[in-house]
Amino acid sequence: MADIVPTAVDDIPSAEVAEVDLYHARSWWTKYVFSQDAKVIAVQYSCTAIAIGLVALVLSWLMRLQLGFPESFSFIDASDYYQFITMHGMIMVIYLLTALFLGGFGNYLIPLMVGARDMVFPYVNMLSFWVYLLAVAVLVASFFVPGGPTGAGWTLYPPQAILSGTPGSEYGIILMLVSLALFIIGFTMGGLNYVVTVLQARTRGMTLMRLPLTVWGIFVATILALLAFPALFVGCVMMIFDRVLGSSFFMPAIVEMGQQLSYGGGSPLLFQHLFWFFGHPEVYIVALPAFGIVSDLLSVHARRHIFGYRMMVWAIVIIGALSFVVWAHHMYVSGMNPWFGFFFATTTLIIAVPTALKVYNWALTLWRANIQFTLPMLFALGFIVTFVNGGITGLFLGNVVVDVPLSDTMFVVAHFHMVMGVAPILVIFGAIYHWYPLMTGRMLDEKMGQFHFWVTFVGAYTIFLPLHYLGLLGVPRRYFEMGETSFIPASAQDLNAFVTVVALIVGFAQIVFLFNLFRSLRHGKVAGRNPWKAASLEWQTDDVPPGHGNFGEHLPVVYRWAYDYSVPGAPDDFIPQNVPSNAVAENHAEAPSAADGIEAPRT
Amino acid sequence: MNFFREITQKPWLTTDGPGGEIRDHGAFALPKATVGVRVFLVVVTVLFSLFAVAYSDRMAVADWRAMPEPWLLWPNTLMLILGSVALHGASLSARRGRMDDLRSRLCLAGAFSIAFLVGQALVWRELFALGYYAADNPANAFFYLLTALHGLHLLGGLGVLAWTVTRIYGGLEPEKFKRSVDLCAVYWHFLLVVWLILFGLLLFT
Ligand code: HEM
Ligand SMILES: [Cu+2]
Repeated sequence: MADIVPTAVDDIPSAEVAEVDLYHARSWWTKYVFSQDAKVIAVQYSCTAIAIGLVALVLSWLMRLQLGFPESFSFIDASDYYQFITMHGMIMVIYLLTALFLGGFGNYLIPLMVGARDMVFPYVNMLSFWVYLLAVAVLVASFFVPGGPTGAGWTLYPPQAILSGTPGSEYGIILMLVSLALFIIGFTMGGLNYVVTVLQARTRGMTLMRLPLTVWGIFVATILALLAFPALFVGCVMMIFDRVLGSSFFMPAIVEMGQQLSYGGGSPLLFQHLFWFFGHPEVYIVALPAFGIVSDLLSVHARRHIFGYRMMVWAIVIIGALSFVVWAHHMYVSGMNPWFGFFFATTTLIIAVPTALKVYNWALTLWRANIQFTLPMLFALGFIVTFVNGGITGLFLGNVVVDVPLSDTMFVVAHFHMVMGVAPILVIFGAIYHWYPLMTGRMLDEKMGQFHFWVTFVGAYTIFLPLHYLGLLGVPRRYFEMGETSFIPASAQDLNAFVTVVALIVGFAQIVFLFNLFRSLRHGKVAGRNPWKAASLEWQTDDVPPGHGNFGEHLPVVYRWAYDYSVPGAPDDFIPQNVPSNAVAENHAEAPSAADGIEAPRT
Repeated sequence: MNFFREITQKPWLTTDGPGGEIRDHGAFALPKATVGVRVFLVVVTVLFSLFAVAYSDRMAVADWRAMPEPWLLWPNTLMLILGSVALHGASLSARRGRMDDLRSRLCLAGAFSIAFLVGQALVWRELFALGYYAADNPANAFFYLLTALHGLHLLGGLGVLAWTVTRIYGGLEPEKFKRSVDLCAVYWHFLLVVWLILFGLLLFT
């Protein structure tokens, strides 16, 4: 077997995936607007997510202004504040992070990284984006209806979510629920694509264990989302019934302003179970892609194979499975049976094991590696530090006795902003700095990037570390203002004002980042092929940025995993996945392109 | 594909030789549309299971008043069964290449399914007329909710079926429509099972 000459490759029948009958755009409209090309859909998803994310960012400024300088802004009253909190939280978690990681990065990277020409169901994939856009439009519409958007908190707990005391209970809540239902439908269409593409459309030689960890993270996160979102869907639909048709699924008997409402017998707890059966996996729907991407960023920019690849894959799978049996740790204060509390506290702490394992493996990947302090590397390092930080406070909160006094304080706000706010956002930034050259052919500006990183990273800590302290003091979450509260010292207010100033500065840094994104489209340094010298397939395309159909005439054939960096004896410090063993000795600084098979290195 | 064997490979040891011995990439030996439909059915199963859980949870509260089952639900169920049978027949005739049978059976399946949906709408009308509103009791609300959701899934299926039929008239290659018809049949059988379970839930509670 060993002596087969390279030309024999031509005889290898191409895999089924090569025969994908590729959809070809016929007009400008179908090329750029109603496009079925996963790369265009990815950009559409990303731009929409970032645009609506900016709304959430502005809302966070408004909230911080109120918290830092209470009674100074006549245009923010208590109702507004609740609406800001709700929309900020919901947009950040669902419409920004979920959409960006899965719809954005998933669409762009999965086909390229597994060596496919496109997603397996391009038409459904296109629909997925348009339904998502509709969901966003409905969400935005809720800002403009009488009564404004809902102020029920991103958890939307009934009965308060649909009672008249809560802002937005007229139309806002209905639009919110409809928008979520649409989002879930749209996501399901996309999710089917991501899963089936990873399962069925891998190119020849791309075994599951040769997938880059980015794909593993997105793949498992998609499975989680496909299984968890239905719970939210059920909750939303049933609440729409309660609100619109007056049924009592979740609504107990209630006296409102001295009047007995027609509701009765419903179970608010049922909603909480449904919500958190979705809500906890949601944390990992965001975290797993981040884990995967970070692993790849670390490996490429430290010129070293990822440490413990198999353990990393297993950890992703195990974390994904466990995340379905911990949901009730969000409900310790809802009056559950102590044995349930015990069970859920135990499972919660068990998840820390595979998670910690990942952190060790990242650390070991960096150990004695040739670390390049590029922007993606900085953001990846920032992620690890932040994630560990948030993970440790998570261990506190996972224990029932510690959680009960801290529940609903700023400590919780600080905790979840660290783990699922700041940490994944840092990964998104790192990923954008890393893949922007592939998507546009140009590098992002380094100086602006450095500014962006340091202000964001240091700023995030300056914002959220003090919040831990405020939480320990007992400052509650979701409070419009504290007024005179005996157990809270006056200095807490100074701290709050300081945090607000920092939050505005961090916000400004994001504007610089956006400016960088636009400016570099035209004026960025030309990246050339594979500027980071990465081994995975997305960098081995014929054209940069990859054209329609991703690869040239032939799909690449994969001979190795994605982490052959600094291999002893190889002339270069990386070996692309599509370079066979006997070609390694040759100079492959330019990897053989798919079009010329493996015989001739490209010139 | 054996998932567990796949994920115990050691990728850093297994560099392939230059040519022939490229590893199999270990996909399922199934067309991608089939895998897609199966994954989708899993998602829908989760969805309806969660509804069933919510149903049994809410049922335990004292205010639950079971609804009468209009007799029309029985003929409706029959329609759905016939639709499933017709599609099964269609997938057989597609396999045997009997085009005339295929077309008539597909149209028959569509007709039965539409009859089912119309029947369900009539059931709703009857219940409204008798004064069973969603607001009055969670049992009523669940009935409307579940029948509506099931109906919408069937409607989606009808859309795909219609598209398949037009493509068959448009002269699609047999290899391709065979698969589409098969998948439609699978989906119909699945929705039939979902309906039977829902119907059972409504009958016995
Ligand atoms: C500069 C960045 C950010 C700032 C300054 C900020 C600030 C805030 C503030 C002031 C609150 C309300 C606290 C309260 O009174 O209860 C809040 C809530 C929240 N934030 Fe952020 N946030 C930021 C980024 C993010 C990100 C990236 C996420 C993504 C996961 C996120 C998710 C949430 C959630 C889920 C809530 C809870 C909403 C609720 O209580 O219903 N935030 N944030
Ligand atoms: Cu959780």
